[in-house]
Amino acid sequence: MKVPLNWLRDYVDLSGIAVPQLVERLTLAGLEVAAVRSVGLPVPEGVRAKASEAGPVWAPEKVVVGRVVKVEKHPNADKLKLVTADYGAGEPKVVVTGAPNVSIGDSGYKVILGLTGTVYWDGHVSPKKLSELKPTKLRGVPSDSMVMSEFELGISEEHEGVIVLGEDEAPAPGTAAADFMGDFVIEIDVLPNMARCLSMIGVAREVAALFGRQLTLPPHTMQAGGPSIEGQVRVEIEDPKLSARYAAALLRGGSVKPAPAWMRQRLTYAGMRPISNLVDVTNYVMLEWGQPLHAFDYDKLVARAGGKAPTITVRPARAGEVMTTLDNVKRELTTDNLVIADGAGPVAIAGVMGGADTEVSAATQNILLESANFHFVSVRRTMKELNLPSEASARFSKGIHPEMVKPAAERAAELMRMHGGATICKGLVDCYPAPLPPQTIALTMAEVRRQLGMDFPIAEATRILRALQFTVEAAGSETLRVTTPPHRIDIQAGSADLIEELARVHGYDRLPATLLADQLPEQHTNRPLEFEERLRDILVNCGLQEVITYALTEPERDAPVGLGEGKYVELLNPISSERRAMRHSVLGGVLEVAIANLRHTDEVRLFEIGSVYLGKEGQKLPDEPRRLALLLTGRSQPEFWGDGAGVTVKSLDFFDIKGVVEALAGELHLAGVTYHTASAAYLHPGRSAYLVIDRSVERSAEQLVINRAVVGAFGQLHPRYADKLGLGGRLVLAGEFDLDAVLAALPPRCPYSPVPRFPPALRDVAVIVDEGVPAERIAAEIRTAGGDLLRDVRLFDLYRGESIPPGKKSLAYALTYQAEDRTLTDNEVDRAHKKIEDRLRQVLQAMIRGKE
Amino acid sequence: MSDLASLEQRALGELHACLDEAALRAWNTKYFGDKGEVQLALKGVGKLPPDQRRAYGQQANRVKVALEQAYEETLAKEKQRALERSLTADALDVTLPGRPVPRGRLHASTQTLRLIYGIFADMGFQIYRSREVEDDRTNFELLNMPPHHPARDMWDTFHTTTPGVLLRTHTSPGQIHVMREQAPRPIRVILPGMCYRYEAITPRSEIMFHQVEGLVIGEKVTMADLKGTVQAFARRLFGEGRQVRIRSSYFPFTEPSIEVDVDWPKDDPNADRLTKGTGWLEIMGAGMVHPVVLRNGGYDPAKFSGFAFGMGPERITMLRHAIDDIRLFWANDLRFLRQF
Repeated sequence: MKVPLNWLRDYVDLSGIAVPQLVERLTLAGLEVAAVRSVGLPVPEGVRAKASEAGPVWAPEKVVVGRVVKVEKHPNADKLKLVTADYGAGEPKVVVTGAPNVSIGDSGYKVILGLTGTVYWDGHVSPKKLSELKPTKLRGVPSDSMVMSEFELGISEEHEGVIVLGEDEAPAPGTAAADFMGDFVIEIDVLPNMARCLSMIGVAREVAALFGRQLTLPPHTMQAGGPSIEGQVRVEIEDPKLSARYAAALLRGGSVKPAPAWMRQRLTYAGMRPISNLVDVTNYVMLEWGQPLHAFDYDKLVARAGGKAPTITVRPARAGEVMTTLDNVKRELTTDNLVIADGAGPVAIAGVMGGADTEVSAATQNILLESANFHFVSVRRTMKELNLPSEASARFSKGIHPEMVKPAAERAAELMRMHGGATICKGLVDCYPAPLPPQTIALTMAEVRRQLGMDFPIAEATRILRALQFTVEAAGSETLRVTTPPHRIDIQAGSADLIEELARVHGYDRLPATLLADQLPEQHTNRPLEFEERLRDILVNCGLQEVITYALTEPERDAPVGLGEGKYVELLNPISSERRAMRHSVLGGVLEVAIANLRHTDEVRLFEIGSVYLGKEGQKLPDEPRRLALLLTGRSQPEFWGDGAGVTVKSLDFFDIKGVVEALAGELHLAGVTYHTASAAYLHPGRSAYLVIDRSVERSAEQLVINRAVVGAFGQLHPRYADKLGLGGRLVLAGEFDLDAVLAALPPRCPYSPVPRFPPALRDVAVIVDEGVPAERIAAEIRTAGGDLLRDVRLFDLYRGESIPPGKKSLAYALTYQAEDRTLTDNEVDRAHKKIEDRLRQVLQAMIRGKE
Repeated sequence: MSDLASLEQRALGELHACLDEAALRAWNTKYFGDKGEVQLALKGVGKLPPDQRRAYGQQANRVKVALEQAYEETLAKEKQRALERSLTADALDVTLPGRPVPRGRLHASTQTLRLIYGIFADMGFQIYRSREVEDDRTNFELLNMPPHHPARDMWDTFHTTTPGVLLRTHTSPGQIHVMREQAPRPIRVILPGMCYRYEAITPRSEIMFHQVEGLVIGEKVTMADLKGTVQAFARRLFGEGRQVRIRSSYFPFTEPSIEVDVDWPKDDPNADRLTKGTGWLEIMGAGMVHPVVLRNGGYDPAKFSGFAFGMGPERITMLRHAIDDIRLFWANDLRFLRQF
């Protein structure tokens, strides 16, 4: 809402209120001032204004009113004219102009003259720039001044003609333009519950309440000199829920011409383009009262009714009904669209746009003026469906009180009489089947205290509510009976709404700040969140960078790495096809991040923890399990000068990602972790693994049932898939893990084991086994056979080649034997070690190196 | 006796001629080893006639002690010299770069989220998370926004192909979840999580962003408590001296509704750009929980009251580090992420 302050002054006295003070108070009270535009005046100290919008400042002695004495032909140019203007000092100025709205032979009207030194917008360059007027010669005629246009003065983008004012529309020649045309326009972002402030009166009411001033409403009595409207038009409302009220006024004998300059100026400053007196009045009253109006050419309605009095019906459009709107677009309507119709069909789309057929034209004399209330949902839907936003539909779609209908109709009719030469027919046809009753709310000071946490003086509450035009009666010393005024439809939550009015007008700066004294709720841990934060710390400690990627993806890109089953959650209105579905994998996004970063770095270690969204049959909302994705690629050690040149750079490989997984499992104290060759399509079949956790151990009768869960897959990216991603030739390690499964496997406790007090005995064992025997199997067998005395098993060498038969491999383990209660004897260790060697021979057909 | 004197003379002379620790050790072996000269001289006592033994023994002992002492002193001096030599000789150019350690970091948003968690945890707030794909009812209707409510324009919504299912536009549906779970017990939680808006991706707007919502419900919760809580939060996050300004605002699920601004340090060179010249920065929206929402959550508004607030961790991160492009967050360029 753009509010020219000189217009606002019609309704509330602003004297003594500086612009920054006004801006601050309005902003704090919920009318956020987004910008202050200065028209011709210097930007006041303390007000922010976007520099790009700062227009020229009209120097009082340079930008002045001039009276046109005569207009003559330019001696050397057909299109140019010489305007002689009296500017209140010395000899009249002779100024060259090319303005099309100045004609040879004109005189008697007023213009705005810019004298030498005037700063103005120069539109001959792009982008426009501020220039200073200098004396020059135009086709041989010296000219040191200009007849100014709205564009040049920074009023509007209008540069077709110069500003022309009637003799009575501007003060005496020589008067500074800044004195009567200069203004500040504050731009307010009006929130949905403040829709009443989409009007000058609405804003004025707030200013009056905030600064303790009087609100003066404009008069809205019609001086009706014509016959009664009765019998000349009938109005019917089909469904009062869709249209609560419809009023019509009839004016006869008007003539279309420009509206008076003051009205045009106000409309321009408020951001609307002046058109003609009739249309401008409807817009002016809409801006003043917040009630949109529509003018029909009455004679066209009569013609459509076959010469009889027209009947206006507010009703839903019939399916397939067609109407051409003011913008000359033929529109097919549906039953969702509310229309104004006569016997011959729709003449307007209610609250959205009028019809071309009954439009006011230059020849219009008799006007049917509509002032009506339409339900906001209906207007909103139609406005969106037809994509026809306008000042009117914006107001209707936020809701207007039906009480606004009558004063707006009367005010507009009267202005049309005054500025359109029309005669008003007596009375309104006012169809208001079910008046909206005012609400009465009992507001207790105890409730105010309960909500605000402060003692609110009842006198201050009364003052504020009355200033906002609520009717307030005392009902006992601690209770007010408050009745809503006929412009408020946002009071729906009873006293809560009234308390907001009190708080914002009184000022939140005067509200005390206290700390919660209420009972502290029972405290709970949030295990999944704490677990994830722990995981993040572990991974960061492993040298990985956390990333957060879009949850929105496209199934084609996501599916190859998706662990998930189920349907994709797809968007009805995606911003692009690349972001049209919710991901099934976190890794997909991490891969994209890696690819992007590899353009500028050769080492990437990433992780992401996030949700995936798995649609389930028979379930309206998807499951949203949490996942962890890992990605490593590039050099395994950062570059270091001390390593010397020519050192072979080792790439991160499978065992680097496995190291991270093991670190995770270890830090989380996961028990029963095993690794198995994976068969995930996106991973290298020979260089990828499943992480398997023995999740729970249940005792059934006499046997242990181990519930194994595949928690995730990781490994080297399949070369084919890497190729497809443009990562061909690169060793990329990636994996994704189901965090809900890991969380479920977290041990409830992790008991401490005593630090050994007795010395360990160290023995090595090197075994030769078939290639196909997994290392984990050997270690497991060693542990099984080693029993309690075996404290640690560590692989220290893997060897193939000379002295090892083909198809075999040699693995060497360092074994640590230790007891908690004594130093082991050689004998004991030998026996334990032999047991291990025997088991390896027996179960794995292993050869023990150095012993066969 | 004169042998002893000349032995002493000779030994001392050789001792002083030693150039390093190794030479000193050799000297020590020569005189004090098993067959060292001093040892031999001491053993020589036995071969003397008894009347000379006492004097010779005393003299030999004196020489032994003197030489030992001289040796210890010389050795200590030599060690000190050697240390000094090595300290000079082994000096490094300490301005050379260190051996890089692969370093991991948390995403900038996570770091801010943790700050927020920590501050609210100190005030007794627990963390509650809820789903991102929501139904219209929980995201809008139960939050006092029936279909076609004008306030719905405040959130541009991603709808899914399942009617009535959408991507949550804010964390506020979590309020309904937590209330329905907890009613009629008191609540003091924060609800962090990802939200989605149907918007163009520009330096100032994203389709996906975090929000942290707060919700407090009890029998004695007031607007003054809300002011105190956000003031405490703002001062912990932005600095002790920060001023908090409260503006009236509008959200359908709170009544009264407010926006909270903090004053921005004037010595921040970015202050003017960040605050658009006003000196104030909006950090959160808040308000008293609307009676309709309380009722929808299972609380009697006549008995219970509550407040809620919501903020954007990305926005807060942008303010703290004067970041001017929100797209940097999900672009995950390491050159950006490594700065935090």
